[in-house]
Amino acid sequence: MTNGRTSPTQQDSGRALVAPGTGNGLVDVFRSRFLLKLLVRKELRIRYRGSVLGLLWTYVKPGVQFIAFYIALGVFLGLEQSPTNRGGLPNYAVYLFSGIILVNFFTESLSTATRSIVNNSGLINKIYLPRELFPVSSVWVSAVHFFPQLFVLVVASLFTGWRPGPLEAVTAVAGFVMIALLATGLGLFFGSVNVYFRDSENLVDLILLIATWVAPVLYSWRMVLDKAGEAWFAVYQLNPITIAVECFHHAFWLPTTAGAEGSPPNLVTVWVPVGLLVSLAILFLGQWTFRRLEGRFAQEL
Amino acid sequence: MTTAIEIRNINKQFVLRHTRSLKEALVWLLRGRKGDLSKKFHALRDLSIDVEHGETVALLGLNGSGKSTLLKHISGVMLPDSGTVRTGGRVAGLIEVGAGFHPDLSGRDNVFLNGAILGMTETQIKEKFDSIVEFAEIGEFIDTEVKFYSSGMYLRLAFSVAVHTDPDVFLVDEILAVGDEPFQKKCLAKIKELAAAGKTLVVVSHDLDLVAHVCERGVLLEHGRVIMDGPVGDVISRLRGN
Repeated sequence: MTNGRTSPTQQDSGRALVAPGTGNGLVDVFRSRFLLKLLVRKELRIRYRGSVLGLLWTYVKPGVQFIAFYIALGVFLGLEQSPTNRGGLPNYAVYLFSGIILVNFFTESLSTATRSIVNNSGLINKIYLPRELFPVSSVWVSAVHFFPQLFVLVVASLFTGWRPGPLEAVTAVAGFVMIALLATGLGLFFGSVNVYFRDSENLVDLILLIATWVAPVLYSWRMVLDKAGEAWFAVYQLNPITIAVECFHHAFWLPTTAGAEGSPPNLVTVWVPVGLLVSLAILFLGQWTFRRLEGRFAQEL
Repeated sequence: MTTAIEIRNINKQFVLRHTRSLKEALVWLLRGRKGDLSKKFHALRDLSIDVEHGETVALLGLNGSGKSTLLKHISGVMLPDSGTVRTGGRVAGLIEVGAGFHPDLSGRDNVFLNGAILGMTETQIKEKFDSIVEFAEIGEFIDTEVKFYSSGMYLRLAFSVAVHTDPDVFLVDEILAVGDEPFQKKCLAKIKELAAAGKTLVVVSHDLDLVAHVCERGVLLEHGRVIMDGPVGDVISRLRGN
């Protein structure tokens, strides 16, 4: 369906005949930046409409989650290092929070992106516009919710002795980009499949349920290496969420410790490029699937 | 005259699936009701039409004859199973007034959002904003949330945004009956003004008197085929004669 011609949503200079309804996917989303901006703004305005706390809910949710995990895992199960528990992780609170906010960004993005096409069926049925806009704007909205949490993390890290360097900043950005690409790719995939089979939503809920547990958010990557061995650990590391979380640990948590635990070997040199590549591959797969399926969105919705 | 819409031999079939559930599908297969699983419906059959720029065309026919489906193919919302649809210039649909309006946003936000959805740029909307509000007769309520609007105000604002998108080809589906009588007249006058300005109009409506008033050419559809194409008066009398 790809063709190099301008989509009908653009101002055509001439009146050359073009086939309507055939766009250029994510490229068109970039061209409709203004509409994307308005869709994101709309979503931000209506998400917490009629609630007293409003946007504060984006702090309350990860906050409560953090406290529950911290008490259950850090204190009761002994993952936090203390004078009586030398084997735990130092500064477990920062360790935990840096992973939680990143996984929450992923969870919120994918969950809303998966539902975005069906939820906007009223529009998709009636007006042609680049439909990729909806999953992309879902991820964007989640990013807007993510940044205040990141700010809290930065403040907390500064209090625990964090002095960021350029390498830390680069790994943090890499981790964020990895998750954004992955969530967009999976969102395009599951969002388009969801039009045909609403099972997709349930499958995504299942994935999100285990997302926190398959990445080293709550525990240390070393435990996986010890139990699973080198080969399985490499498989474990292929998950971009794992690499992204390790990036955040490397950027925000590791500099606040004496470097005792360390990041997985070759994290920056090998695994970060691998994670970005896997995420990009999933983005292409998502876009490809989306384009295969979008032709029949209007009649299936 | 240049071609605005060129439709060549398009076919469209809908598969009406009666169930997606695995359990029901299995039960039906076992009971020998395989034929009930899905049904095919031919919405458009080998249909070809050409519309020149500046023409005003009414798509006529009984319910289920394929008028709205054809309009969706011209706007690009649907793609044909076979055949080609090509359009020249910018196409905008007045397909359903208010699609894309959000009740929790103010009138102002909705004008921007809906304008952008219909393909306007930021500068175009800003330029035309005052004119949109004036035409809609919304006045001071523009910063009120749309959910507090009366249904008439809501439709007037939506219609006003749509007619200000200034496309080359206008697709109009059953929306001319908007608001109270004075506003309906105003809408009609606006549509005629667009036609006089050389815009291409493709109109679907069951209001035959209104269609006769606005359009020059009529195309009669039956079961997804064009069965008559000519001056709108002749087509309407054939439709009424049936």
